[in-house]
Amino acid sequence: MKRSSWTDYQKDIADDHYYYARSCIRQNFFPGSEKVFLNILGKDLGRDIFDDPLHTSCTGIGYHSDVVPLETIMAVVARQFSLMSDAGYENFTSSCITSFGIYTELLATWEEFPETEERTRENLYKATGREFKKPKNLAHTSDVIFHHREAIAQRAKRKLVNVYTGEPLKVVEHIGCHYAKIFPKSGIGGSEFPYVLAGMVESWGGELVDYPERRHCCGFGFRNYLVQANRGYSISNSHKKLESMAPYKPDFIVCNCPGCSMFLDKWQYTIAEMDGTTYGQNGQGIPVLTYEEMAGLVLGYDPWELGMQMHQVDVEPLLDKMGVEYDPSAKYLGRNGKYLGRPEPTAVNSYSSRDTRYFIKQ
Amino acid sequence: MKHVIVIGGGVAGMQCAAELAMQDIKVTLLEKKSDTGGKVRGWHKLFPTFTPADEVLSGLRHKMALTQNITTKTGCEATTITPQKVTLSTGESINCDAVVVATGYTLFDAHIKEEYGYGIYDNVITSADLEEMFNKDDVRMKDGSTPRRIAILHCVGSRDEKVCQRHCSKVCCVTGVKQAIELKQMYPAADVFNFYMDIRMFGPGYEEMYREAQQKYNVHFVRGRISEVSPNIDNRLQIKAEDTLTGRPLKMGVDMLVLLIGMKSNDHNASLKADCGLQCQNSGFMQPKDSFLHNTESNIEGIFYAGAITAPKNVAEALNDGATAALRVKDWLNKQ
Repeated sequence: MKRSSWTDYQKDIADDHYYYARSCIRQNFFPGSEKVFLNILGKDLGRDIFDDPLHTSCTGIGYHSDVVPLETIMAVVARQFSLMSDAGYENFTSSCITSFGIYTELLATWEEFPETEERTRENLYKATGREFKKPKNLAHTSDVIFHHREAIAQRAKRKLVNVYTGEPLKVVEHIGCHYAKIFPKSGIGGSEFPYVLAGMVESWGGELVDYPERRHCCGFGFRNYLVQANRGYSISNSHKKLESMAPYKPDFIVCNCPGCSMFLDKWQYTIAEMDGTTYGQNGQGIPVLTYEEMAGLVLGYDPWELGMQMHQVDVEPLLDKMGVEYDPSAKYLGRNGKYLGRPEPTAVNSYSSRDTRYFIKQ
Repeated sequence: MKHVIVIGGGVAGMQCAAELAMQDIKVTLLEKKSDTGGKVRGWHKLFPTFTPADEVLSGLRHKMALTQNITTKTGCEATTITPQKVTLSTGESINCDAVVVATGYTLFDAHIKEEYGYGIYDNVITSADLEEMFNKDDVRMKDGSTPRRIAILHCVGSRDEKVCQRHCSKVCCVTGVKQAIELKQMYPAADVFNFYMDIRMFGPGYEEMYREAQQKYNVHFVRGRISEVSPNIDNRLQIKAEDTLTGRPLKMGVDMLVLLIGMKSNDHNASLKADCGLQCQNSGFMQPKDSFLHNTESNIEGIFYAGAITAPKNVAEALNDGATAALRVKDWLNKQ
């Protein structure tokens, strides 16, 4: 495939001095990702990034579920920008795709309808006594990693290459609907042929898989999942994607969005329980990584430090292919060495006799 | 002897130049490409009669050669226009008594509709690409194999607010039918599907051709637009659409996808408006003085229009426009 069209969509991404806004849900599902992002930016790349404990949820989940009104979310977002200004920053980077979509949408709304910005300023001042400046640069954290991808490649301890065959690992990328489908120009590569994750994969030695349902939604869709009766619709979307990508035998999936990572990972378990279908080459599941985890593995981080033991689909087959050295016995140990407990084996997991042998804390 | 400059050497401009020349008017025909003929030069056969496009062009060239009154200048582009003078991009100015603008239209750039993968996937082509293949008598897939299933998508860059092309390009429907028939004539065993939102068979013989495509050639027509194109593992194209007659989503593997690209107004029209005081329509096409009795005249006395500069038109309409504009120019010159 000629992926030349991505060059049509470029955007300015600040090189340094970022104000960091965390995601509401990522720390539960992929707990090491945000921490490793801060480490990569701060320690590996020597950039200044501020992790502000004062910021709140952007309330995007509530907004997309029709619980939070537009004026409310505008005031909440204005407060985040106000905190950024207080901290002395102008470059805003958000960890969550939905938040990124919200910030992009509201900045565009204020641009198109200046009276809404004025009203937001009034509301924020009345509620908190605060004023705000709009960020000079807005980027999703995947944009920031994309921006530094060559610097990461130079520091790489490992590549996205199968150490047994020497072949590039086959990677499925999924950017998430709110990254560029709302405003294609806000995403690198646009919405049809997005390059933000593809660029990382290619820079780090992997090979991208283009498959028929590449653009399809993972199925999260907020109300698809939040309303229990709709969850069949949610899983059917993930099912459609997994069925479509499986013939290409991907080594792993890399996701941009907290929801997509979770659903493409956890629905694999559900599908296996429902009808016994698994999609990985080994008869188990296809590992699902966040882009920070992918960057962390490339930079030589320990997979358990990256929080990869929290994945539904085991990552060990991928770690073995990449030649990552890891301690299987440490998989279910917390940061202080405390045993976290071990999930029941399922069809998508790769529990081997080796796991059992090292299962020392039980 | 009066002197008229005709800008644009497509069929409308050629017709206008020939008609003026036959009225003992000196004509300078300006064409920015290396040869006259315009878009028709790349076309294979013309609907609804399957007349070879070359026949029309050679007829026009023959007509132009009947007098010595026409000077054709190729490779030159007009930048500013007044009724008395045309300035070229080279800086050269040519004096005249009237000007006919017949610069036609621009084919919609299919890359803009990224979801169809033109320029990304090898076997996604445009209707203009297909005509070129017909001309070479070589309609094949990139790997040289014969297409067994072909989809033709109507309205690419027409009636599409997302790409700011709200107008109907008028000739794409019938072109899709014509190309489907030609494909079936070439590959009788192939399945050909036309995806449309409306079939607008406005001209004489068009409806009959549409019926013939279905009854004689078994061309399939599906009412629904294709939403996206992706590659299949066997390197075929997977298309997604909604069949709006059955109300069901549809997924299909095809070997080749033909995008029927629409007619877009020339970017240059904006400078005709800004620099020359000519009026444009919202669609970007030039605005004639009125739509009925003065539809080849501009808002400026002495500047006339011919062909698809004012709206999407088929070849026959462009030819009529050329002849009409010549008559209007002659009337106007006689009054001066």
